[in-house]
Amino acid sequence: MKTFKKTSLATLLSATAMLSAGSAIANEDPVKLGLMLPYSGTYTALGEAITNGLKLAIEQEGGQLGGRDVEYVELDSEADPSKAPQNMSRLVNGDDVDFVIGPVHSGVAMGMLRVAKQTGAITIIPNAGLGAATNELCMPNVFRTSFSMWQDSYPMGKVAYDQGHRKIVTITWDYAGGKEDLAGFEEAFTAEGGEIVEQILVPFPSTEFQSYLTQIASLEPDAVYTFFAGGGGVSFVRDYASAGLKESIPLLGSGFLTEGNLSALGDAGEGVMTTLHYAETLENDANQSFVSAYENAYGELPDTYAVQGYDTGMMLVQALSVLGGDTSNQERLIDVLSNVHLASPRGPLSFSDSHHPIQNVYLREIRDGKHEVVRIAHENLEVPDEACQM
Amino acid sequence: MDLAFFSVQLLNGLQYGLLLFLIASGLTLIFGIMGIINLAHGAMYMIGAYLVYDLTLRLGNFWLAILAAIPIAIVLGLIIERLFLDTLYKRDHLYQVLLTFGLILVLNEAQRIIWGGDVHRVAVPAPFDASIQLTDNLQYSVYRLFVMGVCLALAGVIYWVMRHTRLGIIIRAGAVNRDMVEGLGINVRTLFTLIFSVGVALTAFAGMIAAPLTSIAPGMGDSILITCFVVVVIGGIGSIKGAFWGAIIIGMATTFGAVLIPSLASMVIYLIMAAVLLVKPRGLFA
Repeated sequence: MKTFKKTSLATLLSATAMLSAGSAIANEDPVKLGLMLPYSGTYTALGEAITNGLKLAIEQEGGQLGGRDVEYVELDSEADPSKAPQNMSRLVNGDDVDFVIGPVHSGVAMGMLRVAKQTGAITIIPNAGLGAATNELCMPNVFRTSFSMWQDSYPMGKVAYDQGHRKIVTITWDYAGGKEDLAGFEEAFTAEGGEIVEQILVPFPSTEFQSYLTQIASLEPDAVYTFFAGGGGVSFVRDYASAGLKESIPLLGSGFLTEGNLSALGDAGEGVMTTLHYAETLENDANQSFVSAYENAYGELPDTYAVQGYDTGMMLVQALSVLGGDTSNQERLIDVLSNVHLASPRGPLSFSDSHHPIQNVYLREIRDGKHEVVRIAHENLEVPDEACQM
Repeated sequence: MDLAFFSVQLLNGLQYGLLLFLIASGLTLIFGIMGIINLAHGAMYMIGAYLVYDLTLRLGNFWLAILAAIPIAIVLGLIIERLFLDTLYKRDHLYQVLLTFGLILVLNEAQRIIWGGDVHRVAVPAPFDASIQLTDNLQYSVYRLFVMGVCLALAGVIYWVMRHTRLGIIIRAGAVNRDMVEGLGINVRTLFTLIFSVGVALTAFAGMIAAPLTSIAPGMGDSILITCFVVVVIGGIGSIKGAFWGAIIIGMATTFGAVLIPSLASMVIYLIMAAVLLVKPRGLFA
C-alpha cells in the first residue's frame, strides 16, 4: 500500500509537470488503441470480457487517457494463429495505432510478437499465458497484464502436498499451454517430495474423457491435478463428478478450469479447488467497486478476463497521466509503463524486469456456485525469467 | 490390464461409437446418395445441442424440448436443401463444398448472435439422473446407458427401413446408380429433399441427446465433423452398415488408443483410415 501512495504522488507531480511543459500538440490527436482479440469462435466470451473491462477503466477516467480522447480499433483475431502476423501488421502499419492490446490465444501471440519485434509496436498482452512471451522472446515493447501458465499452477504444487496428497495424476490437453501449466504444478509438487504417478495428455481439443477417467480410477491416486479451459473444462469437471470420482479422489486444477463457467458447471463444480490470480469474491476495496461498476455497466459479474482487460486500461490510465498524454518518446513511455503500480481488483500488481505481472495467486474453492477465496496460495509471486534481463 | 478395466473401456468405446454412428449416418446418406459433401454437418450437431438447451430453459423439460426441437431441425434441413442446394445440383462439387462451408460460418455466427459465446449445460434429465457402481471407485451414468439404447434402437430402425421397405430399396438403388433410378420414374428431387432433411435431423438429434453429456460451447461441431468423415470413409460412402461398423471401430480405437498408446492417441483413427484405404480403397462395406 505504501508504494502505491508514493506512486500516486509521483504520478500527480509528474502529470502536472508534463502538462505545464506544454503538450499542446499531443492533446490534439486521440490515443489509438488497437484491440486484437477474438470476437468470434470459441474464445468470443474472453475477447468480449477483456474489451468490456478495458473500456470500463477508461470510461471511469472520462473516456480519456492523459487528457486525450481515445479511439478504439477493434479487430477480430478469430483466435487464428495463421492470420496473426497479417492482422497485427494491419493495426500497426495500416491503422497506425499507439498501442496494440491482445491476444487471448497463445498461438496468436507468437505471430503477433514477431511483428512486435520488427516494428517495435507497444504491445500489451491481456491474456495469453505462454511463458516465452516475457522470457525467451524478451522485448522491451511487450508487456503482460495477465499471467503465465506457470504462475497460476506453481502455487498449487505446495498446496496439494500440504493437503496430504503424495501421489497425483496430472491431465491436460496435448498442447503447449496445457503442458506449461502442468510443468509449473509438477515442479512445485515434486520439489516438496510428491510423486506424479502418471501424466495424461489428451489430444486437443477432444472432450471425450471417459477412457481417461477409467484409467484414473484404476490408478487410484491421492488427487488429480488438471488444466482444461472453456467447454473442455466444463466437460471434464462434469464427467469427473458423474463418474463418481470427486468423492474419492479430490480434483485440483488451474483456475481456468472453472473460470467463467460457474453456471455451466452447476453442482459438479462444488468443492473443486483451483489456484488463480483473481477471484470475484476477493474482499478488497478495488475489487468491490470494480465488481459493482462492471455489473452496472454490463449486467453480469466480471471474471478474471474482465479484470485483465480492466488492469490493461488502468495501466494505460496511470502511464499516460504521468506522461500528460505524450506518447512521442517511446523510451520514456516504456520506462513509465514498466514502473506502473496498481491497486488492482486482484490485489497489488506491479511488473518485473521482463514486464510480467508480480501478483498474488489465490487458492479458491467453489462453494454455492462462487469461487470463495480460501487463502493466498503464494504472495507476490514472480515468474522465472532468467532469459529476459532488460 | 485387468478384466474390470478392460470391460469398462469396452463400454466407453461402445458408447462413443454409437453416438458417432448417429452423427455419421446422416452424413453418409447425404454423401452417398446426393453426392453432397456436407461440411455443415458438424454445425447441425451444434445447433441440435443449442436448440435443446434453449428449449429446455423455455419449456422446463428436457423431453418436451427434444420433441419441439426435432421439427425445427427438419425444417432447417428443408430450407437449406430447397433454397440453396437445389440450385447447385447441376454444378460441380466445388460449388457445393463452398456452399456448405459458407453454411458453417453462417450457422456459427447465428449461434453467437442468438446464444452468445458462453459455455452452457443441460442437466441430466429424470429418470436417468442416477449412476450405477461399476468398480470400487468408478460410477457410470445411467443416462449414458440410455443414450446407447437410443442409438442402438435408431440403428435398428434405419437398418429395417433400408432393408425391408420400398423407400429403402430406392435409397440403396440411388446410391448405386442415380440416373437409373430417375429413369424408372422416381422423383429424385423429392427423394433428395427427404434424405437431406432426415440426415440433418439425425445429426441434430445426436446433438440433442448428447447435450446432457457434454458442454454446449461455440464450435463444438467442428471437431466432430472430421471424426465423422473418417467414419464414413472407413465404412464406405453411402453405406449405413459401413457407418455403423466404422463408428464402432473408431469408438474403440479412440478409447483404447488413448490408454494403450497415448503418444499416438491423436493419430490412431487416421492410421486406421489409411490402412483401410490401402486394403479396400472404397471402404469396408461399399
